[in-house]
Amino acid sequence: MPSVLPLGDPAPADGLLPPQVLDGVDSRKFGLYVHIPFCAVRCGYCDFNTYTATELGGGASQDAYASTAISEVEFAVRAMEASGLPQRPLSTVFFGGGTPTLLPAEDLARILTAAVGHWGLEAGAEVTTEANPDSVTPESLQLLADAGFTRISFGMQSAVPHVLKVLDRTHTPSRVPLVVQWARDAGLAVSLDLIYGTPGESMADWQTSLETALSYGPDHISAYALIVEEGTKLAAQIRRGEVPGIDDDDHAAKYELADQLIRAAGLDWYEVSNWSRTPEQACKHNLAYWRGDDWWGIGPGAHSHMGGVRWWNVKHPTAYANRLGSGVSPAAGRETLDAGTREVERIMLEARLGTGLQVDALDKVGRHAVAGLIADGLVEPGAAFQGRLILTLKGRLLADAVVRRILPD
Amino acid sequence: MSPMARTAPVPAATDPAIIRNFCIIAHIDHGKSTLADRMLQYTGVVKSRDMKAQYLDRMDIERERGITIKSQAVRMPWELDGTSYALNMIDTPGHVDFTYEVSRSLAACEGAVLLVDAAQGIEAQTLANLYLAMENNLTIIPVLNKIDLPAAQPEKYAAELANLIGGDPEDVLRVSGKTGVGVEALLDKIVRDLPAPVGDPSAPARAMIFDSVYDTYRGVVTYVRVVDGMLHPRERIQMMSTRATHELLEIGVSSPEPTPSKGLGVGEVGYLITGVKDVRQSKVGDTVTNLAKPASESLAGYADAKPMVFSGLYPLDGTDYPVLRDALEKLMLNDAALVYEPETSAALGFGFRVGFLGLLHLEITRERLEREYNLDLISTAPNVEYEVTLEDKRVIHVTNPSEYPTGKIAEVREPMVSATILAPNEFVGAIMELCQSRRGVMGGMDYLSEDRVEIRYRLPLAEIVFDFFDILKSKTRGYGSLDWKADGEQVADLVKVDIMLQGEQVDAFSAITHRDKAYAYGVMMTGKLRELIPRQQFEVPIQAAIGSRIIARESIRAIRKDVLAKCYGGDITRKRKLLEKQKEGKKRMKMVGRVEVPQEAFIAALTTDESKDKAKK
Repeated sequence: MPSVLPLGDPAPADGLLPPQVLDGVDSRKFGLYVHIPFCAVRCGYCDFNTYTATELGGGASQDAYASTAISEVEFAVRAMEASGLPQRPLSTVFFGGGTPTLLPAEDLARILTAAVGHWGLEAGAEVTTEANPDSVTPESLQLLADAGFTRISFGMQSAVPHVLKVLDRTHTPSRVPLVVQWARDAGLAVSLDLIYGTPGESMADWQTSLETALSYGPDHISAYALIVEEGTKLAAQIRRGEVPGIDDDDHAAKYELADQLIRAAGLDWYEVSNWSRTPEQACKHNLAYWRGDDWWGIGPGAHSHMGGVRWWNVKHPTAYANRLGSGVSPAAGRETLDAGTREVERIMLEARLGTGLQVDALDKVGRHAVAGLIADGLVEPGAAFQGRLILTLKGRLLADAVVRRILPD
Repeated sequence: MSPMARTAPVPAATDPAIIRNFCIIAHIDHGKSTLADRMLQYTGVVKSRDMKAQYLDRMDIERERGITIKSQAVRMPWELDGTSYALNMIDTPGHVDFTYEVSRSLAACEGAVLLVDAAQGIEAQTLANLYLAMENNLTIIPVLNKIDLPAAQPEKYAAELANLIGGDPEDVLRVSGKTGVGVEALLDKIVRDLPAPVGDPSAPARAMIFDSVYDTYRGVVTYVRVVDGMLHPRERIQMMSTRATHELLEIGVSSPEPTPSKGLGVGEVGYLITGVKDVRQSKVGDTVTNLAKPASESLAGYADAKPMVFSGLYPLDGTDYPVLRDALEKLMLNDAALVYEPETSAALGFGFRVGFLGLLHLEITRERLEREYNLDLISTAPNVEYEVTLEDKRVIHVTNPSEYPTGKIAEVREPMVSATILAPNEFVGAIMELCQSRRGVMGGMDYLSEDRVEIRYRLPLAEIVFDFFDILKSKTRGYGSLDWKADGEQVADLVKVDIMLQGEQVDAFSAITHRDKAYAYGVMMTGKLRELIPRQQFEVPIQAAIGSRIIARESIRAIRKDVLAKCYGGDITRKRKLLEKQKEGKKRMKMVGRVEVPQEAFIAALTTDESKDKAKK
């Protein structure tokens, strides 16, 4: 998550949610996000809420973190119950970071077990953890699978050493096929994360990374354009002219290449930056974000959503641990969305999906914009005539512009 | 040296023989206001402890820029050889745009103090005003100011002044307004050298208006110099140009605060208050007479102020249009030269086409609107007034390129100016090059002194209204100075260049230029817009055209990527806020056809300063 939290309303200390979260609760799935705020090395491009091992102590330390996270699970259970929300089994769980696998697999298993113990797990539920290729072993992967994890997403980022160096990634490319095989052996579905548009990355470098990743036969690929965030080491390096800046045209060309090669390998896009081998192998947790389902975010800086109420936790792990230690909600702020804002979000989020959004659910302005979007080659004409707005390749690259055109005035 | 006068002559009962009317001719920052302040102090009309630097310049903008826009008159007593005299100091505007007002101020005086910075020498506008004073047969007292400066070269510039007005360099007074050195000697010299005013006290009253100022509390305050007869409070007066009559509610002199008197007699200078609310009812140059006993002939020299430069003024925020309208209405009360009418631009929305005396007048007006009325404005490129004759003999006056006729044109006439440029002789080549590139025809050149020259050119006004003065300054390392006055018109081969975005004409960027310069304008403007307009979802051709003929083209490549790759850990709020911000930004865009043009692009494209930050996304 980004280093800057939104400005919102104060969140109540007891974590109680307003009655509106009960509306339509049965039609929304319930998921859990667990943020692990640790990394072995802070990457130059990363502005996520993460800390290297030696930076923190007390309840925020790596050793105590699992217990602290479990105390938020318990807090969540109480708050949801007190708010009148029905007990729903988890349909997805996602451990992200940071580097979740920097914690011992036992710790991750312990947090998962605690959550499942309270809420239960839907049949066929998806349980994912992110991992760095150099922070797993065959044994740790087996332990995760045994604890109930079903899926692992490796931060491969690139197959080209000079690109990995600019990104400050510590793993050696040759380790990736090994860890993919170990994960398979443990029975986990495998996703690979790639980053394109790193300063100094040529088109040939990117092609190498794509072809290498595809040669491992992943079930799922995420390809994200590198975003240079203010305040990161990379931003400073670009400002000082030590590395070249970001070029949107280069990003566009690389996205087009990615879509071409990934689809040629038999995967299809289901969200602007995500491709899966079959629709079932799409990341369900990720889809829940775009579809406006409910989820509770555990951990410092984690974001949550329940029926139009969004909140986010305090950022620093020590402050986070202290809040929970004194039985107070770790939320730093929250916002309760009105109907109009929820509609804006729905359009903004669903437009990014391969399934698209329903044209007749748009207002007059939005419906009138559709013809123009077809004329500009931004949405699929066939689907539009059948009432669904689905982005073309060109439209995916201009998705934010498309959304601005169909939003209510 | 003379002491301060012990008894001041009483207004309305002062013998013209003891009156001295004078003005100070000086360039901006040659120290006129400082010297005037020192005179106020030495004559005792302002107590030393009440001194506010530059007492006479009232408006903030004037004080900040160190220039005087509006003149006023101050009556000061001064004693010489046992006689108390009444000195009227008439403050004159110091800028080229206000030549007419200067000429009226000069006409109210018998003499002028020619004040020149001893470190800089005379400047073009000062020289022009000096010539004006000499044409009006004023007695000139040459004075070098700032002699306390280490860089002062009094010998050199005394010789220059003596050369200009005839006389001996030894007669040039040397003063320092800052330290006060020589100021008393100057006051003595004014009394000794300047002739007393002459007039007929028994003739019907005639007084010339040399300034007219709107005051929120008192209405219009009219400054006059009485030539014949006498004006009294409560009598009815008549403006001879308009025949409008008013009651004289108050009459008095400034010393320097307004002080009512029993009247004003021959040779006296003072103010009138009639209760009118608009300076147009009290025009500079007009003659005031007594309704009961009117004069048969008005005083010579009256002329209506004529706007020379026109520009469209538009509020950045369209909802500010009524504020701008009210603000212009108020400014007009105090500025007889300001004219305006509503105008609509497809690109900029609702605004006004405003006529000004010149560029400084435009800048000052714009600045006052922005500062005093809290407005953010876009002003279009300044334009002159063209007279277009169509083949069917119809004549159209064009002050805005969008009014330029599309039909068959027989002839276009453009206003001309005669310009005087003063500069060190090493810059003559550069100045000639500049003037020639602006279609100038040289009228002559004279040496003012060994190393300073006066160069005269006849130029189209259109060629000097935009950036001429800035370029002159930079080509002469700041030493060049310019003065100009209207000088008829000429037939010229002019064309209208239009700028089109994706085939849609953008009226705000159209320009009337000489045919030889149309291409350069087209290339400049299309190039500028290519840098300023953010990439759109489609390619945007930018073209410059004369009629249907394209003379320059550029294109903005389509944007290929406009999507945020991911939402970190479900931080949807951040993404939505970004979207809302973009959507808000879109509202501030002006639509030209389908092209979204940020307001900053309009401002930057209409500004000459290349260093202003570019609005490129």
